[in-house]
Amino acid sequence: MYKIVKKEILNPSVVLMDVYAPDIARSCESGQFIVLRIDEFGERIPLTIADYFPEEGTIRIVTQAVGYTSRKLMNMNQGDSFIDFIGPLGKESEIENYGTVLCICGGLGIAPMFPIARDLKKAGNKVITVMGARNKDLLIWEDVLKTVSDEVYVTTDDGSYGRKGLVTDVAKEILEREKVDKAWAIGPVIMMKFSSLLTEKYQVPTIVSMNPIMVDGTGMCGACRLEVGGKTKFACVDGPEFDAHEVNWDLSLRRMNIYKAKEELALAKAEKGGF
Amino acid sequence: MGLNLNRVDMPNREPEIRNKDFIEVAEGYNDQMAQEEAERCLNCKKPLCRQGCPVNIDIPRFIHQVTENDFDGAYYTLKEYSLLPAVCGRVCPQESQCEGSCILNPKGAPVGIGRLERYVADKFRESKKVEELQKKPDSGKKVAVIGGGPAGLACAYDLAKEGHKVKIFEALHTLGGVLMYGIPEFRLPKSIVDKEIENIEKLGVEIELNSVAGRVNTVDKLMNEEGFDAVFIATGAGLPYFLNIPGENLNEVYSANEFLTRVNLMKAYKYPEYDTPVIVGEKVAVVGAGNVAMDAARTAKRLGAKDVYIVYRRSKDEVPARHEELEHAEEEGINLQLLTSPIEVLGDEQGHVTGLRCLKYELGAPDEGGRRRPVEIPGSEFDIPIDMVVMAIGQGPNPLLLEKTKGLELNKRGNIVADDNGVTSLDGVFAGGDIVTGAATVILAMGAGKKTAAAINKYLENK
Ligand SMILES: Cc1cc2nc3c(=O)[nH]c(=O)nc-3n(C[C@H](O)[C@H](O)[C@H](O)COP(=O)(O)OP(=O)(O)OC[C@H]3O[C@@H](n4cnc5c(N)ncnc54)[C@H](O)[C@@H]3O)c2cc1C
Ligand SMILES: Cc1cc2nc3c(=O)[nH]c(=O)nc-3n(C[C@H](O)[C@H](O)[C@H](O)COP(=O)(O)OP(=O)(O)OC[C@H]3O[C@@H](n4cnc5c(N)ncnc54)[C@H](O)[C@@H]3O)c2cc1C
Ligand code: SF4
Ligand code: SF4
Ligand code: FES
Repeated sequence: MYKIVKKEILNPSVVLMDVYAPDIARSCESGQFIVLRIDEFGERIPLTIADYFPEEGTIRIVTQAVGYTSRKLMNMNQGDSFIDFIGPLGKESEIENYGTVLCICGGLGIAPMFPIARDLKKAGNKVITVMGARNKDLLIWEDVLKTVSDEVYVTTDDGSYGRKGLVTDVAKEILEREKVDKAWAIGPVIMMKFSSLLTEKYQVPTIVSMNPIMVDGTGMCGACRLEVGGKTKFACVDGPEFDAHEVNWDLSLRRMNIYKAKEELALAKAEKGGF
Repeated sequence: MGLNLNRVDMPNREPEIRNKDFIEVAEGYNDQMAQEEAERCLNCKKPLCRQGCPVNIDIPRFIHQVTENDFDGAYYTLKEYSLLPAVCGRVCPQESQCEGSCILNPKGAPVGIGRLERYVADKFRESKKVEELQKKPDSGKKVAVIGGGPAGLACAYDLAKEGHKVKIFEALHTLGGVLMYGIPEFRLPKSIVDKEIENIEKLGVEIELNSVAGRVNTVDKLMNEEGFDAVFIATGAGLPYFLNIPGENLNEVYSANEFLTRVNLMKAYKYPEYDTPVIVGEKVAVVGAGNVAMDAARTAKRLGAKDVYIVYRRSKDEVPARHEELEHAEEEGINLQLLTSPIEVLGDEQGHVTGLRCLKYELGAPDEGGRRRPVEIPGSEFDIPIDMVVMAIGQGPNPLLLEKTKGLELNKRGNIVADDNGVTSLDGVFAGGDIVTGAATVILAMGAGKKTAAAINKYLENK
């Protein structure tokens, strides 16, 4: 059993948890993820490692409630335990001193961006972070990202905080303004797609962290297939980070919706019986 | 008593009933059937059957014990050779192993060795007797077993009996490997596998689930930092192959591994009681014709698919699945689309599968192995209207751990190179099961685990 040692509500639909998993905390690196299961009936869901504390033996995860399992997770408390917690999975981010790096993140992608930005900063890069949310209440971790970035820009779709608009609007201004050597984009698939199209125009090599549907997370099932450079890849072992400009975005967008109809059944169950 | 050439049939549940649930298909012999079948064995002096069994079970002895009503004796005879008799009695390809070699063959039906094995093991389990487990005193040596499938379990069991401290590292949240995530409940009830695993726990084997070797630790770390004297790698053949044809990443295209894992391990057949969903089409094509394909096809049928097709390049004679599985599949209404191979999965704009484009084949000249090679018939293209595909064309070695194990020799296909005793190119590192042989059988994996345990034991003695 893997105990939740800390829980913090970041906004009405996003929760932060520190989970006791010392083996993972000792061996993980930025860019990797874990797979967890809440109880014996549970689905295996992947979540990015948002931070890790080898001394305390804990892993930080930040989860957005989107469907049945993530909502159920929101309702767990400090002291509760997950039945399974597996990791570290996936390859670590390739951190180097690239020069100037643009970190574009949106919605829940802000949390997984943090350890990467921190490592990039540590490696000597100039880190420019552009973060966005739908509105002020949904924005998380502006202060946290500020500690590891040289510059931070915030956008909201409705203009309730920071600049009104999308992260790509600000990213474009930065790309126009100065030479960027490398970019990272993490967030909803559609945001990553448009970030990728943008940086491609400016010929800035870009990494995205893909989040397809997964089961085992170890290369055994093929659920997480995506197409990169015309070849089929398994996101859980070949990724989750890939060259943004090689990703077949439309395929990835379609594969996210495989269980849409089914998910509604699970949510109906939740509404009837609670969690 | 004269020679009885007819074997006692094993009762199966009615096809039209069983193809709607996950309860075991074969019901097993009752006492009387078992006696009658056991008496058919000639108790040969030079039993050919034993040569056909990869672990050389003393078949005439255990069958003789059945005829004497010494069921415990029969059980312990089996256990001398096999860790998992209740499993192997159910899933071994007996027709090409023990039973295929039985002396009765040319004249009549071979003795139902698998069925008797299953009967003996089930009877012992159902008696709720506590199995006697003998364990030597602590040797002070530590062995890590990576992978908790049949190979890893068998090796851990034997090493623990020798007094070594054994720890199994398993990536999934349960032990058993393919027995748990691949082979469906209706063919191998999971409670049987659980029971077999209990004995391993009783022997004091430490079990670390959710532990992905190659990520959370490495062979090097285990040996140099955590003080293991030897490592046994038994990670199986868990990497699903695809055909690399257009349309293969459409939404309703599954690997057999994913489809079966969702259903067996995650219990998607009980969705939404269990949280993991699975999609099942009305018309399903399963590509391939091995045990894995049969399991996928019969599972799809049970989950409500109206039409299920097995799409296979060769003819019925070459079908690699166990005879019994093919027979059961046909009884349950699975259609065989033989001498057919897909060239494209067809789909609509939203990414949903709408059909499978195939070519027809005919059998040409025999290849080196003596199997007639399928040759495509030009211009024979045709479409099967379907809304889901399961690819069951084989699995390879998962490279995750291997990439992180420097100096470990692999063959062209990425399998570990190891000899009959599991010895690899690295000192103190052993390997066995599907990770060495490529996808094979439970009994071969278990046998490799046992043989390697003996080799590891010797290695530790001399260390
Ligand atoms: C490598 C990786 C890292 C991720 N990191 C985070 C993170 O740090 N924080 C976070 O909130 N979310 C993260 N996700 C997404 C998260 O796994 C899904 O939101 C979650 O599984 C949804 O489960 P659900 O039952 O609540 O929703 P559902 O109702 O089941 O699904 C909602 C949507 O989530 C996606 N989804 C469903 N099941 C899975 C699954 N097993 N694997 C992946 N996606 C699925 C689908 O697109 C689906 O349409 C990550 C995904 C991946 C692959
Ligand atoms: C659907 C299906 C049906 C089958 N039907 C039959 C049949 O009827 N009869 C028959 O004889 N055989 C059958 N087989 C084949 C048989 O199951 C296998 O040959 C056998 O299970 C191989 O045993 P193994 O121990 O080598 O590997 P596996 O059973 O594959 O076990 C390997 C284990 O290692 C774990 N693992 C992998 N990588 C790591 C890692 N990095 N770290 C930690 N753990 C890891 C896996 O999770 C798994 O639990 C079938 C196979 C399938 C898939
Ligand atoms: S283990 Fe398999 S091959 Fe050996 S006797 Fe039993 S059923 Fe036959
Ligand atoms: S070969 Fe057949 S008849 Fe002879 S001992 Fe074996 S099972 Fe019995
Ligand atoms: S999640 Fe199963 S292969 Fe990637």
